[in-house]
Amino acid sequence: MGMTITEKILAAHADREYVEPGEIVDARIDLALANDITAPLSLQEFARVGATKVFDTERVVFVMDHFTPNKDIPSAENCKTIREFSKKYGITHFYEGGACGVEHALLPEKGLVGPGDVVIGADSHTCTYGALGAFSTGVGSTDLTYGMVTGSNWFKVPESIKFVCSGKWQPWITGKDLILHIIGMIGVDGALYASLEFAGDAISTLSMDSRLSAANMAIEAGAKNGIFPVDETTLAYIRDRVKRPYQVFQSDPDARYREVFEIDVSKLDSKVACPFLPSNVKDAKELKGIRIDQAVIGSCTNGRLEDMRIAAEILKGHKVAKDVRCIVIPATPAIYYESLKKGYFEVFLDAGCIISPPTCGPCLGGHMGILARGERSISTTNRNFVGRMGHPESEVYLSGPAVAAASAIKGEIAHPEEIA
Amino acid sequence: MTLKGKVWKFGDNIDTDIIIPARYLASTDPKELGSHCMEPVAPDFPKKVAAGDIIVAGSNFGSGSSREHAPIAIAALGIPLVIAKSFARIFYRNAFNKGLPLLEANLYDVVKEGDVVEADLSTGIVTCGGVQIAAKPIPPFMLELIDAGGLIGYLRKQLEGQR
Ligand code: SF4
Repeated sequence: MGMTITEKILAAHADREYVEPGEIVDARIDLALANDITAPLSLQEFARVGATKVFDTERVVFVMDHFTPNKDIPSAENCKTIREFSKKYGITHFYEGGACGVEHALLPEKGLVGPGDVVIGADSHTCTYGALGAFSTGVGSTDLTYGMVTGSNWFKVPESIKFVCSGKWQPWITGKDLILHIIGMIGVDGALYASLEFAGDAISTLSMDSRLSAANMAIEAGAKNGIFPVDETTLAYIRDRVKRPYQVFQSDPDARYREVFEIDVSKLDSKVACPFLPSNVKDAKELKGIRIDQAVIGSCTNGRLEDMRIAAEILKGHKVAKDVRCIVIPATPAIYYESLKKGYFEVFLDAGCIISPPTCGPCLGGHMGILARGERSISTTNRNFVGRMGHPESEVYLSGPAVAAASAIKGEIAHPEEIA
Repeated sequence: MTLKGKVWKFGDNIDTDIIIPARYLASTDPKELGSHCMEPVAPDFPKKVAAGDIIVAGSNFGSGSSREHAPIAIAALGIPLVIAKSFARIFYRNAFNKGLPLLEANLYDVVKEGDVVEADLSTGIVTCGGVQIAAKPIPPFMLELIDAGGLIGYLRKQLEGQR
């Protein structure tokens, strides 16, 4: 019996020839990640267990992205604790201030993740790195401490669900529309405990930014990980980035899948997930006329250069509607700088947008764009749960950057064709 | 180990933003986290719930973020057990790692808020008003973890072995 890419990566990291779904394996990890919210709990456990060092000072990463630039005293104290820990234990990859970006945009950009890696992160969207052909999954702070200390952790080998995508991508359609379509199809627990694998011709023509965006939301279907095949696009992306050895795995033709879905991407139109579940997906065209108070373009889902480009293409020569706040958040300093050089910032400023420094900010209702009672936001982020962006009686609609930008101009949910 | 307590019912997809909203995550203090538990859907819950009470929920409990603040907030209120139709994966791991046991069973459609249920963790048998329901047994590996005092206890033993 053949193996899937996920099974092969776990087998290799557990020194096994073969593993099958349901088995629990002890596997080495290549990277352990935590942020300003989850690291403090990990470090408390680190002290409690009496550990004296991390397994590898190059492979533990701390990113201060959620509540920074520090929004209040407790956030500042958290960052201080993590900074001091990083100094004491010689952690190379501690990111804050002008070096900091949203973790799941920052790590691939910095070349910290390569194909075939096993990565754990104390953040549920750690599944993003599956875009690079890595096995990457979110864990809690205690699991992360275990990984930081031992360089390993236990994993239940997940069953896999395959999405075979064919056809030609239509204008304005990105990885975000694909993943919203999938979550709408299988539901928020449709892939519970499973691996969500992307395959098919249409995937080879999907950009790396779009793959990262799609893998990012695998967790929104309950998946343990999302994973893409490694191809020319992947290798071109990692070429000047990943400095350490990596290994490329591909699924066997006779690998087993719990389910296989076929998707014709040429039929995909712009998608929007309505409150209060990411699976509550409709075509943007069905939602015309829904007024918005805010548009957020950013986050670990859609704060990359492709997203900034699409938003700029739509916003160029237009104004953000009166009474709408359009907040653009380039996810990393490099994306920020590129957007500036490419003239996107001029477009955003002319249109009346607010440009935020790289931060998670409003995505989790942290700061920099919180909603009042009854307010509504269209957002390129990944969660629209009750109260996610502020007041429990506010609403979040999830979309890709094209719909968010078009909606900001119209003041109501709009399809990009209405503008461009 | 048998637990007996009064039921608080919550529906499907109770996500971690409901269990503990992100705006409180700058704190790691269990008491503070507990005082905001379930705030978006039941603001009075922390005041009304008593130690020993049990949460009974629908499917996909704990979906969303990996924040361990979620099981910590629940445990801080003295809730010793959550019984749901199904749990999100990361929450499941976190709860056991933090010493909060979970049972997977469809109790939600059977009990009323305020009913008293009794659960035997080792057999997974839940009893309510004379009705018995068998929960999915807790995986042996999780039981081993609990025996070792959670993941941190397990790790501490490993480190002591190396010294
Ligand atoms: S941008 Fe949002 S989803 Fe992504 S890591 Fe930050 S808070 Fe989490």
